[in-house]
Amino acid sequence: MDAATLFGLCAALLVGIGIYALIVNPQPLRKIIAFNVLGGGVFMLFGAIARRGAAAGWGGDPVPQALLITGLVVAFCATALAIALLLRLFEEAGSATLAPDPPPSADGDAADH
Amino acid sequence: MMDVYMMDAYTIGLAMLVLVLAVWTVVARDSFAAVVGFVAYGLLLALAWVQLGGVDVALTEAALGSGLTGALLLGAAARLRVTERPARSERPGRLTHLVAALVAAGTTSALGIAVLALPDPAPTLAHETAANIEATGVHNPLTAVLLAFRAVDTLLEATVVLFALIGVWSLAPDRAWGGRPGPLHRVDPQGPLAFLARVLPPIGIIVGVYIFWIGADLPGGKFQGAALIAAMWLLAIFAGLSDTPRTDRRMLRLALIAGPVVFMAVGAAGVVIAGAFLGYPEGLAKPLIVLIEWALFPSLALTLALIVAGPPARAET
Repeated sequence: MDAATLFGLCAALLVGIGIYALIVNPQPLRKIIAFNVLGGGVFMLFGAIARRGAAAGWGGDPVPQALLITGLVVAFCATALAIALLLRLFEEAGSATLAPDPPPSADGDAADH
Repeated sequence: MMDVYMMDAYTIGLAMLVLVLAVWTVVARDSFAAVVGFVAYGLLLALAWVQLGGVDVALTEAALGSGLTGALLLGAAARLRVTERPARSERPGRLTHLVAALVAAGTTSALGIAVLALPDPAPTLAHETAANIEATGVHNPLTAVLLAFRAVDTLLEATVVLFALIGVWSLAPDRAWGGRPGPLHRVDPQGPLAFLARVLPPIGIIVGVYIFWIGADLPGGKFQGAALIAAMWLLAIFAGLSDTPRTDRRMLRLALIAGPVVFMAVGAAGVVIAGAFLGYPEGLAKPLIVLIEWALFPSLALTLALIVAGPPARAET
């Protein structure tokens, strides 16, 4: 087994860990982290495939590697937007729950509308 | 050459540590601890990228995936600290845990089988890249892919970064519209944070510009360099040495769109002078790539920093 296969299997496990955490953890912030762990696994799987395509004296296939850089930047943007939405929800509602029937908020005057 | 990337104790230990940290971000009771684990997870992923022969990807992972994302998550975890206790009563029942475990195990198994069944020899575009890289004038194959062979992806990516900032800004409350993002940071001017914010930026800016500059020929590039410059500015802001700009300033908005606009202008010019959108005429590829990179770099650094700074929060000037 070479490094690409090892990290490919590691990536499969990371995806599983991310999916599990995404479903069971009720806190939105933890879901965002879980989604990024999941994303790390997807990127690593793609990276392992890029590594297997190493040729022409390069450490990996440059086309998937370039797409990975694009992917990482887009993942950062999506995470930033998700966090901004979450903080706005907290500001407006005084809590950060996704539950349909939220517990009474500690700070009711946070809303400014 | 191949032996360098073969398995050794270091590689196996690295993969195990990545998995342990991923599990830690799930099981940690406190969100702050989970975020710290996630930052470490990102840094170890960067080391994994080096093992996978992707030094450019490793730099991006460390700067953006771990660094800037980590800063965002730490800030959010601190703000949301009061929501930790009520959330503990919301943990789903045993059935949800069981279903989640089954879905996760099923996905992992399917991916694992796919990894072991990958075709051999692996398909690769490395030969095509090597055969055509001369025409671009750059020597880093990733830069050639990002700015010549797949330039349209990079154009969309630069636009996505800008749209993310517009999305973040549009979440500002009405009273703060057009104001300065984030709280005003007041820090002990003699403290360690203010000290670091004075010592690190000169070094960080030089390293950031260097990473950007060598990106044409060696691992590096505009995204990695811009993330580092953004981090240095944010450090100065968090230490109270600098403040975020008002978001309704026309100069700021022009600086933000300058990079993508130049990129699109070069792309549109390609229709006329090279017969295709983002086509480069022979001999002009390198200067045009450099022009796009120089235009994108400051816009990206500014956009990334302002995305982390968050929506406008203070109306005062």
